[in-house]
This record gives sequence, C-alpha cells and structure tokens, in this order.
Amino acid sequence: MIVFIARRLVISFFVLLAATVIMFVLTALSGDPLEDLRQDNSPNRAAKIADRTERMQLDDPLPVRYLSWLGNVVRGDLGVNRDGHDVGVMLGDALSATLQLVVAATVMAIIIGIVIGIVSALRQYSGFDYSVTFAAFICFSLPVFWVAVMLKQYMAIEFNNWLKDPSIPPTVIGALALLGGLVFGALTTGDRRRRLLSFAVGLAVTGALFTLLSVTRWFADPGFGLPLLLAISLAAAVGFTVLSAGLNPRGPLYAALGAAVIGALASEVLTPVLSDPTWLEIFGLALVTVAVCAGLGYALGGLQRRQAVSAAVLTGLFTGGVIFVDRMLQAFNDYSAAVRGRPISTIGARTPNFEGNFWQMNLDSASHLLLPSMALILISLATYTRYSRASMLEVMNQDYVRTARAKGLPERTVVVKHAFRNGLIPITTLMAVDFAGVIGGAVVTETVFGWEGMGKMFITALDQVDPMPVMAFFIVTGTAIVVFNMIADILYAYLDPRIRLS
Amino acid sequence: MTLNAQAKGPGASTDPQGMTIVARTQGQMVRRRFFRHRAALAGMIIFGFVVILAFSSIGFLGVPGWWDKSYLGTGALVNQGRPTLSVVPQFLGGDGLHLGEHPFGQDNLGIDYFALTMRGAQQSLIVALIVGVVATTVGTVVGAVAGYFRGGAEATLMRLTDVMITIPVIIIAAVVGQMTGKSGAVALGLFLGLVLWPTLGRLVRGEFLSLREKEFVEAARAAGTSAQRIIFRHILPNTVGVIIVAATLSVASAVLLESALSFLGFGIQPPDTSLGQLINNYRSAMTVRPWLFWWPGIFIIAIALSINFIGDGLRDAFDPRQTRVRA
Repeated sequence: MIVFIARRLVISFFVLLAATVIMFVLTALSGDPLEDLRQDNSPNRAAKIADRTERMQLDDPLPVRYLSWLGNVVRGDLGVNRDGHDVGVMLGDALSATLQLVVAATVMAIIIGIVIGIVSALRQYSGFDYSVTFAAFICFSLPVFWVAVMLKQYMAIEFNNWLKDPSIPPTVIGALALLGGLVFGALTTGDRRRRLLSFAVGLAVTGALFTLLSVTRWFADPGFGLPLLLAISLAAAVGFTVLSAGLNPRGPLYAALGAAVIGALASEVLTPVLSDPTWLEIFGLALVTVAVCAGLGYALGGLQRRQAVSAAVLTGLFTGGVIFVDRMLQAFNDYSAAVRGRPISTIGARTPNFEGNFWQMNLDSASHLLLPSMALILISLATYTRYSRASMLEVMNQDYVRTARAKGLPERTVVVKHAFRNGLIPITTLMAVDFAGVIGGAVVTETVFGWEGMGKMFITALDQVDPMPVMAFFIVTGTAIVVFNMIADILYAYLDPRIRLS
Repeated sequence: MTLNAQAKGPGASTDPQGMTIVARTQGQMVRRRFFRHRAALAGMIIFGFVVILAFSSIGFLGVPGWWDKSYLGTGALVNQGRPTLSVVPQFLGGDGLHLGEHPFGQDNLGIDYFALTMRGAQQSLIVALIVGVVATTVGTVVGAVAGYFRGGAEATLMRLTDVMITIPVIIIAAVVGQMTGKSGAVALGLFLGLVLWPTLGRLVRGEFLSLREKEFVEAARAAGTSAQRIIFRHILPNTVGVIIVAATLSVASAVLLESALSFLGFGIQPPDTSLGQLINNYRSAMTVRPWLFWWPGIFIIAIALSINFIGDGLRDAFDPRQTRVRA
C-alpha cells in the first residue's frame, strides 16, 4: 500500500509539472498582455508599458519566464499579477470564498442525489423512475449560466417582490398540490387503487400545507415554534429508527424519541445561550448533543444497542440542525428590514457594511449562498442520481442480496445493510471525477453571481493574459484533482476487498 | 442486406411451423434497436429539425435561405420588439398559427432575433460538430496506437493523456478559446477538439487492450497481416459502438462547453455570434425583453437534450447484452 501511494505521488508530481508547462505556455501565448495599454492615451503610456513589461518579464523568452515562475513557486512565492498585487494573498481570499460555495453545494448534491438515485432504483420502471431519468437528462443538457440567470430573475428578484405580500394564489397552490400528489402516487407501488389513494393523500397534504402557509402569511415571518419543532424532530426520530434499526423491538425507537424530545425542550431552555452564540458554542452544543444521545441510546438500546446509539445520535444532530435553521428564520424579520425587504441576494458573498448578531450574519451568508449553490447543485445532482441508481440496481441483482432475502431478512435490512453500503462504493470514485466538473461550474456561477472566488480570479487573469493568477488557480485545482483521484483509488481498495492496489 | 436475403429465402421455405429464425447483420440489429428507442427517435427528429431550420432559414456560405431578414441588418422596432410568433389557434382564444414579421422578436437595435438566433445556432452547431469529429479522430488514433503497440508508445501517449486530464476541461478550453475565438467557429472547434480527446483516448485504449488478446487477432497476426490492417480491419470495427456513443455524447457536451465559453467571453467573438454569446449579450435585458434571453437558451437545451437522447439510444442499441428496449 505504501509503495503504491509513494509511486502514485511521484508519478502525479511529474504529471502535474508537465501540465503546468502546458498551462503556462498556452496562457502566455493566448493574447497580448499589453492590449489595454496600447489603446491608452495618457501621457505616461510608455512608462506604463515599460513598467508592466518589466513586472511580467515580457522581454524574456518563454522558457525563462516559466523557469523563474517555477523557481519562485518552489520557494513558496506565487508571484505578482500584472498590477503588482501579491497572488498568494489574492489566492487565499478567493480560495476561502470558493470553498464556501463548492463544499456546501457538493455535500447537498451528494446527499440529495444519492437519496433520489436509490429511491428510483428501488422503484425501477415506476413513474417516479422515468420522471427522474428524464429530469436527469434535462439537467445534463442545461447550460449552467442560463439556469443561474433564470434563478437570479425568478428566485431572487420576483421572489423578493412577492415577499412584500406573501400570499400564494389559489392556482399555484393547486399546481403544487397536484405535483405533490403525482410524486406520492409515482412513489407507490401496487395496484391502481393504492396508487390513486396515495395520489389523493399527497394532493390533500400538499394543498393543506401551502394553504396554511399562505393564510398565516408564514413567509412574512418564518419560523417553526416549539410545537412544530417537536413534530419535525419526532418524525425524524421515527424515520431514523426505521432506517437504522426497525421499529421492533422498541428500545431504539424510545432512545430516538427521547433524543427528539430532549432536543426540542433544550431549544427553549438554552435560549440565553442561543440568543447570540459563537461558532465555538455551537460546536460545543453539538458535542454535548452527541454525548447525551449516545448515552441515551446506550441505556435504552437493549440488544440493539449499536443501532439505538446511531438512531439517537442522528436524531439529536438533526434536531440541532432544525433548531439552528429555526433560530436563523427567527432573525429573518430584522434582517429583511435591514436589507430593505430584499432578503434573497444576487451579488457577492455578503451585504456590504451589514452588522448583526450571530443569526443575522449567518442568515446573510445563507441568503447569498442560496442561489449560486442551487445552480451548482443542479449540475452535480443529475450525475449522482444516475450513478447511484445504476450502482444500486447492480447491487440489488447480486447473489448476496438474494441470499439475504432468502434467509428471511426484512426488506429494510436487505436494502440498508446489504445493498446500500455496497452500492455506495462506486460513488466514492465519482466524487473525485465530479470535482473537476464542480470547478468548471464554479467558474461560471461565480461570474454570474459576482462572487469574488477562484473562478473570477481565473477569468479576470485569463482575460488580461496574466499567467501568474492563472497558474496559482491551476496549481490548486490540479493538485486537488490529483489528490482526490488518489484518495478515491485508495478508498475504493479499502472499501472493496476485491480490488488490489499494485 | 445480402446476408439477410440469403438467410430468409431457404429458412422460410424449409420451416413448416412458421418459426422462422431471421438472421440479421450486426448493423441491422443496431438499427432495429435504435429505431425502437422512442426517446432516441424523438431526439433525432428534433435534432434534424433544428439543424435544417438553422441552416436553411438564413442561408449558409453565401447560399440564401428562405428567411428574408438578415442577422446583421437593423430595422424599425415594431411593438417594442415583442415576438410575433403565435402557436395558439384562434378557437382557443389565441391569435392563430402564424410566424408574423419577427417571430422571435427584435433586440434593442431592431435586429430580427429569429435571424440572429439562427446564426448563433449555426455557429454553435459547427463548433460542436467539429469538436466531436476532431476529438474522436485524435482520441481513436491515440487510443488505438497505445492499446495495440503497447510498450514505449503506450507509456508516452498515456502519460500525455494523464497530463491533459489533470487540467479541468473548462480551464483548458477557456485558454484555447481565448487564443482562437477571434478566428471564428471553425478554428475554435478545431483547437477545442485538439484538447478534448483524452477521455475518448482512454476509452479506446481500454477496448484495444482487451481485443488485441482475442483469438481472431492472434489468427490474423499468425497469417502475417500487417499491424495497420489488423487495427483498421479487425479491431476497430469491434470498437465502433463504443466510439460512436462517446462521440455523440461529446458533441452534446461540446454544445454546452462552447456556449459556456462564449458566455464567459472566451468563445466566438463579436461581431459574429453564437447561442452562448447571445445569452451573455442580453442577460441584462432579462427584465425588459425576456425573449432575448429565452430563445437562445431553448435552442441550446433542444440541441443538447436531443443529442443526449440519441447517444442514449445508440448506447442501448450497440449494447449486445441489451434484450429489453427501454422506453
């Protein structure tokens, strides 16, 4: 294994080195770096040109420029851009902005994509499956920038206008209810009567939900409140228990329900802490949650102790997350007033000069992250859905799944324990491949949403034929791709004992 | 065809129970499976329609088209440039079926937007098709040489492929676009194709690696067949399915890539236009003239989606394990 890693590292290093040569040469030859100055009419034009020529070493031959860049990089100096700004500093700022954007979007895309993919595999050839397949094809064919501009128009500008009077028109409620009914109906298997029944249930539930939201003008002052919080976390408790342990015997269920109740009550008790916490306190609370829930699961779990602990911990963390969102939503009114009633933002990473408490600041980041993340998620989502569907289908046809069914295991255990875990293995490689796609998506999304990240830095620099920032960008992304690929290979061999690294 | 006719004749006459087994060539089976794939068929019709519309309407290479307005000429703004296309029949309360003076509307200078969109679609299609052809040719040659000859050639070519794959597609494409975008669609497509071959190269190499060990290749080699003949006559026909599918899908992604590049300003440069360029130009007009933004987007999606469906249908058609044709 160590030999394998060492060999891969050495090879990767030389591959990356060769790639930097290609990138440097292509970038330097892609245009005229003095173009804007040639059209400059100011009296000190000659001095400016001489200045830039000197700074960018334009009089030196290309190999010399490359080698001097390489020498500086080895010493940890990324050089200066054409205006004399230190590229290392630029890169630091841009990297943190891009990571915020990319990490959140990728995690969401993975979770949602895998869930949809697995459900559509378990319901193969159902209406849901066909719809998901079709939707995935549409997603593959969507230009990101087009979607991003659409989101800007309809999810930000029009949505903000609508927020002034947040009542949903009856036709929209009807359409949403119909959609809910169709999803419910498509997800159900069985004869026509059962499907019609679940269609009706879906229709009624969605319709009632949105009517309620509209009548109570929930969007004007969003938030959950204790009863709703309790209901959500209890539902989550049941859900997690079903997934991890099943409802019989009762031990794990009681542990998870206990975790939900304690969590919901804690949100009231901890108000002094939660009114304006710091990230450290939030992190501490998460640790306490894990400890308490683990203890709860351990005490109540009985024979299914391990499953009880995981169900309780998942419920606890989920409840914590819901409380977090709830607090953020409670800050919505003040925040909305502070940004003159236009909470969903379209430009940049934060509102300039905005100061508020912890929740308002977070809400500010979240409202800026929302749209670019949605655009990015849409790109990766289809890939994850298709791959996890295919991988799950393949696993479900394996002999060991048939064996598991034959020995009388409940379908839940077959799916969660035997199929799901093995089905996830091929997804690990996908994450590495997808990374390059996400970088590409980020370049486009950052341009549309005015996000001062790596993509913006790259595009500006390329437009100015300035190799230094382009190379800094490439070193980061190229290294990340090489490292991710290696991690994926190692992880694959670790997860699937049939694969041997050599 | 001839094989089919031969097999059918004697087969039908000697089989009293009507259980005729019709022998089909590989090509016939592929065609049959493809034409049963409804989505692929729909994709092919839509793609054909878009291509014919784009090239016949405003003409191409000096050949005039049937649409009388030019994508260069400005004109008087009619009704603030709103689209005059109507598809809702009169008995449903619409204006009836007609194209009108400016079916896709006009931009703020009064240029006919239908002509402009068609010009954009032409350019985007040209770039995408050239990228597909060039990338497929280079990828196939590299993969074939590396997979068949092994040794030093393989090591060199595959390291080159590794190097190219390390650079994210959009990055290398943007750099290439910055260099060649000014020289027009053909140059852009050519150079984009020259940097986008590595994935296909790897795919073809894999196929060659497994096929070169097969008995029929061994037999050909034993009979003294030249390497060139083995590659082109014996191995390549067996990989043609994989290559065609990959080529089709690469055209679909090239359409999206070209539009993204033009949107970022590294693709086709003004005064010429492409679908991405149009979206970039008019994105600020979204609130006042939304149609300037909608039409090019719809055409990009229609092209990419239809090619993706064709690719999916081809994949199913070429897959020998495929017994059931998915809807």
